[in-house]
Amino acid sequence: MDTRISGLIAQIFLGLVNGSIYALLSVGLTVIFGLLRFVNFVHGAQYMVGAFLSYLLLVHFDVGFWLSLAISPLVVGAVSAIIERTMISRLYSIDHMYGLLFTLGLTLVVEGLFRYWFGSAGRAYVVPDMLTGVVNLGFMYFPRYRLFVVLASMVLCIGTWLLIEKTRAGSYLRAAHEGPQLLRTFGVNVPLLLTATYAFGAALAAVAGTLAAPIYQVGPFMGANIMVVVFAIVVIGGMGSIKGTIVASYLLGVAETITKIAFPQAASMAVFVIMAAILVFRPEGLFGRQA
Amino acid sequence: MRIQTVGTVVLIACMALAPLYFYPFLLMKMMCMALMAASFNLLFGYGGMLSFGHAAFIGSSAYVTAYAAKALALSPLAAVLLGVLTAAAVGLIFGFVAIRRRGIQFAMITLALAQLVYFILLQSPFTRGEDGIQDVPRGMLFGVLNLQSGFVMYYFIFTLTCLAFLAIYRIVNSPFGQIIVAIRDNETRAASLGYDVNRYKLSLLVMAAAVAGLGGGLKALLFQIATLNDATYLASTDVVITAVVGGIGTMAGPAVGAAALVALDWLFAESEFPVMVISGLVFMLCVLLFRQGIVGSVIAFIKRRQEGIREAANV
Repeated sequence: MDTRISGLIAQIFLGLVNGSIYALLSVGLTVIFGLLRFVNFVHGAQYMVGAFLSYLLLVHFDVGFWLSLAISPLVVGAVSAIIERTMISRLYSIDHMYGLLFTLGLTLVVEGLFRYWFGSAGRAYVVPDMLTGVVNLGFMYFPRYRLFVVLASMVLCIGTWLLIEKTRAGSYLRAAHEGPQLLRTFGVNVPLLLTATYAFGAALAAVAGTLAAPIYQVGPFMGANIMVVVFAIVVIGGMGSIKGTIVASYLLGVAETITKIAFPQAASMAVFVIMAAILVFRPEGLFGRQA
Repeated sequence: MRIQTVGTVVLIACMALAPLYFYPFLLMKMMCMALMAASFNLLFGYGGMLSFGHAAFIGSSAYVTAYAAKALALSPLAAVLLGVLTAAAVGLIFGFVAIRRRGIQFAMITLALAQLVYFILLQSPFTRGEDGIQDVPRGMLFGVLNLQSGFVMYYFIFTLTCLAFLAIYRIVNSPFGQIIVAIRDNETRAASLGYDVNRYKLSLLVMAAAVAGLGGGLKALLFQIATLNDATYLASTDVVITAVVGGIGTMAGPAVGAAALVALDWLFAESEFPVMVISGLVFMLCVLLFRQGIVGSVIAFIKRRQEGIREAANV
């Protein structure tokens, strides 16, 4: 095969790895937004805490990657459920912007505390033994761990989409968004549904954090920068559309790495420029419905 | 209305005398912060547009002011004016992209656009990357007043801050301000009455960006440095916190919020504990329990007392 084409395909695959992390984060954000109608600003901090928990479990308790992949989302989900129940749920009756503002304050507290406890420096998480080495895809060699991240993310994202669009629980979720009062008369515990949704979204962020730990450095501000990118992706995908955000995440992950080849300096700007262009020419986003 | 007039006069008198008793540098920092928060308040409190991108206005103005004062050797007033114009232009560009989106989406888009401005500033050669523009000369105001003196600098910033607050007061209480509030409360109705909603919102955004730019430019002259810190998203969140803690939709809120936040910053300057945790906690409490902010709560308290007195008189 032509080496230039295989080089391009290699870059596309690297872009898919970033896209996978974006997808997990943006799907969690969209699920929360779809039902609770506020943007979970603390999503990046939940991702960071997920990564940190896995790191601490490995370093201090010798708990391996696979167990961490279960423990850290459970812990983050449980703590987030408590925060939702005791604080965020008080804000549902007023303007949705207060949910965004509250989680902004929470983000500063969480990121500030982690910097205070662990310093700003990034820490490396060792790739689990089972997933070291490379896989021969026929046209290129690809790190086994990164391939695992892409596959795991795709399974989780498509699973979440199916869960919401195709199952009974998902139909409750959509109904709770359309008419919470009516759903309550059918005997569905709507507040519990809201708490569960929030915990689920937060847990997805923690999964993303654990998956990202061996690829990026684990540090208190690892979530801050990626979150701004993910916000832009959610806007591009059309807020509230799960399918749209999944597609947009992978597309932008790839677009970012391709920009890196063409204009190395502009790589970090690519997502934002694309967002601005889409907003000017297609204000409802790629898959959005509302104007 | 009486209380407001008296309060305003007292506040201005206190601020005019304050440098005799307090460290002028802190007070000047406070006024810069108050300008930025006032800009956010103008946009969100009166226009209903939640901006998470104020760092772009502050940062771009700080860099342009610093560059104009140092590399172009412009007079301080001209340098600040250039910074304000830059911020207004950035606001105009933000508006073209984001103005059609409302509420939370507007917040997310401004946050993303501000990140884009951050990367542009990071890579432009004139900003000198991580070092920033250092040793910015404060210069001579009108060629005679040396701003290197803390007192002269104080009254320079004080005058401009008062003028900016007066301008905001005039904007809010003008027919334009009435229409802005009408759009905030019911955009569809305002549009059906024949107002070009997007044009009004765009004008407001440009004005707010200019006020934030004034704060950023003055801050660059005050600290004699412009760095990337002014352009990170934390600069935007600082502005949000200051305005909300002070009281959204009130004239004095941003000033009181700035005083509270700068005082908090000063209290924790010595300790190693990060002040962002404290300000984050204060902000969370504010959003949960005191959504009117400090000034809003005081106004509500006074109103309740007046009503109490009136009821007592009727009995």
